[in-house]
Amino acid sequence: MFAYLAKRVIQAIAVMFVISLIAFAIQGNLGDPLRELVGQSVSEEVRQQLRDELGLNDSFVTQYLRFAGNALQGDLGTSYFFKEPALDVILKKLPATLELVFGATLIIIGFSVPLGVYTAIKPDSILSRIIMGLSIVGISIPVFLTAILMIFVFSVEYGWFPSYGRGDTVHVWGYWQTNFATADGWMHIILPSIALASIMLPLFVRLIRAEMMEVLQSEYVKYAKAKGINPWRIYFVHALKNTLLPVITVGGVQIGTMVAYTILTETVFQWPGMGFMFLEAVNRVDTPLIVAYLIVVGFIFVVTNTIVDLIYGLVNPTVNIARMGA
Amino acid sequence: MTKFVRSLAAAAVVAMAPVAYAETTVRVAYDADPVSLDPHEQLSGGTLQLSHMVFDPLVRWTQDLQFEPRLAESWEQIDDTTMRFKLRSGVTFHSGNPLTANDVDWTFDRLKQSDDFKGIFAPFTDVEVVDDMTFDLKTAEPYPLVLHTATYIFPMDSAFYTGTTDDGKDKAEVVKHGNSFASRNVSGTGPFVVSEREQGVRVVFDRFDGYWDADAGNVDKIVLTPIKEDPTRVAALLSGDVDFIAPVPPTDLKRVEEAEGVDLITMPGTRIITFQMNQNRVEAFKDARVRKAIDYAVNNAGIVDRIMRGFGTVGAQASPAGYLGYDEALAPRFDLEKAKALMAEAGYADGFSITMMAPNNRYVNDDKIAQAVASMLAQINIKVDLQTMPKAQYWPAFDERAADMMMIGWHADTEDSANFHQFLTACPNPENGNGQYNSGNYCNEEADALMDAANAETDPDKRAELLQKLEGILYEEAAFIPLHWQNLAWGSKSGMNAAEIVNALNFPYFGDLVVETGS
Repeated sequence: MFAYLAKRVIQAIAVMFVISLIAFAIQGNLGDPLRELVGQSVSEEVRQQLRDELGLNDSFVTQYLRFAGNALQGDLGTSYFFKEPALDVILKKLPATLELVFGATLIIIGFSVPLGVYTAIKPDSILSRIIMGLSIVGISIPVFLTAILMIFVFSVEYGWFPSYGRGDTVHVWGYWQTNFATADGWMHIILPSIALASIMLPLFVRLIRAEMMEVLQSEYVKYAKAKGINPWRIYFVHALKNTLLPVITVGGVQIGTMVAYTILTETVFQWPGMGFMFLEAVNRVDTPLIVAYLIVVGFIFVVTNTIVDLIYGLVNPTVNIARMGA
Repeated sequence: MTKFVRSLAAAAVVAMAPVAYAETTVRVAYDADPVSLDPHEQLSGGTLQLSHMVFDPLVRWTQDLQFEPRLAESWEQIDDTTMRFKLRSGVTFHSGNPLTANDVDWTFDRLKQSDDFKGIFAPFTDVEVVDDMTFDLKTAEPYPLVLHTATYIFPMDSAFYTGTTDDGKDKAEVVKHGNSFASRNVSGTGPFVVSEREQGVRVVFDRFDGYWDADAGNVDKIVLTPIKEDPTRVAALLSGDVDFIAPVPPTDLKRVEEAEGVDLITMPGTRIITFQMNQNRVEAFKDARVRKAIDYAVNNAGIVDRIMRGFGTVGAQASPAGYLGYDEALAPRFDLEKAKALMAEAGYADGFSITMMAPNNRYVNDDKIAQAVASMLAQINIKVDLQTMPKAQYWPAFDERAADMMMIGWHADTEDSANFHQFLTACPNPENGNGQYNSGNYCNEEADALMDAANAETDPDKRAELLQKLEGILYEEAAFIPLHWQNLAWGSKSGMNAAEIVNALNFPYFGDLVVETGS
């Protein structure tokens, strides 16, 4: 177990090193940060002076070594726009994003399991066909379109939900402000969560359905049926448990992908999380913030995958974590 | 007295208190929030919008582009290079310090140090304090734009910004990319104080109790939220989540106009959208007939009508109506036959191939406009290889003059015609910064001489004549392709009287906003 974790930590450092190198290599092509920092009539001379001050005229290697040296001491640079350490800016925005991902995950888990199991048990019923049809639609509509449609239907036409932002939040701890403590907060998080879930939910319904149908054909399910066990017990206890392994694997990877999808959802809903912040940073060529974001997201990927591996061992005792460390 | 009686008594006191104090809050959504609280850090629309809320200028523009006294009560020219200003008395800063001429002097010195503002203040040499309420603004040479520039002087609280912070930094310093005192703390004379600010999320403004212009407006609180996405900003207004938005995107103008309980306010803007033809890269562009042919081939009225959906004013020159250089005799040119004839006359009947670049997220519909212009040029056999890109990549390309035709929009910081020529069409000269954005390399010494003469002429009528002559030359020689001035649009909840506080400069004067409270 310990060897496994140690190996993972080393992997994580390597991954983040590669990400930082790539992020650093592309930043030269993102544009000129000076444009967003100075007014239109500022002379070229003053611009060059500022570039010197920011160290933008140094060679790639010099810039990277300076960055890497600071990064080892926990300093990922200072955002041009926020004028604060990039890591602080991201950590302040992280809770909003994680709450949104959490909200979407609740929706996905809450709906995908019953829908997936139902469509597997009764594949030919009308309701199953409707669910499968809708899932195709859901998977094909881009997130930002779903989001804008929902705003126009539920905020503008019906006025049921607020159209943007986080609303009333309650301070929990550190930078963490939560949406889940007030009615207003709940109202604000519902639409963005549904929008974010709209891509993943159909995927999971289809995945659970496919796995479930396979398991239902297996010998032990037939035997259980023959034995006269309550069908619901067979479906939800015996069969479902064995469909979960692939679902967890895909789920772990998808949580990372969902963090990426928050870029679109947060932008449309003006959700003050780090996805929206990233898109803004790209527009403003706020390179320190872009690099820091990519490193943090890389870190989140590594952590979720590690957790998935650990859960794997709990669900399936034949997987030996200790041996994975060897 | 028991606890119960005490609380009864307290309740009675509360009940008897005048009930007039119902707070009027206005929720505003812009596409971006101010980058800093320091009014001198960056010269941008966002900074000036903030300055008009938290500070007051010496003078400001009215809706019809006249000067209106604010902190300067009156002014007079006492010699060729000196304007004497008298300050309004009884004005206090948010900190409680009174406003004096020393604050103006201090602010002027700080402006001269700011990278973004020192260009505008280059013709000015000094502020001389005469007495507490009087000061002289001095220029090196006779200068016609003294009042224009005074709209940029928002006196700062010199006592508040003097000294050092806990970590030993000078409170007065102007820092572009750092955590300076002035970027996080503010004390002005303006109608609002900043009571809460989370960058990129929201800014809360509360009415300043000691505001000198006490009967100006009735808004107690403004909550400014940046909403980047156009559809979301419009939805927030339509659903009643915010009261005032800017800008309204052209695609939603009709929707906002027709929606109930919401008003659309539009106004011709002052930003001209143009194309420049690079004479150093393309030999043919050195020929005025070719440039003119291009101008004749581009249907700018069609672009305004179809692409901008009427949300623009068709232009034939750089200066918009209301500027001294504006000459209504200059009409937009569009005539395909004439264009073809001019091309033939110049020996390019068979046309040629060029490259073109335009941004795709800087101006309203910029990429679509570029596509339209490219296809219009195909009709006179100019084959265009068009590339559009985000502004972050476009500006470095523009600095390199990376294509034969490049798009540029310009708003004159001085609200004056000469500024267009200085940056866009004057002979490029790194020494004095002329032609910094002249990617066409157009150069006409007569035009430059007219600009210099206008900048030394203080008589408005003579100046207008010089500047109009200048615009006439640029038009005759087709120095650039003018397309249109982008209109401005705001959306507001009905009954807010928001139309009273907006202007072509896009600095809504929220301090003057009178919201109907319904009583």
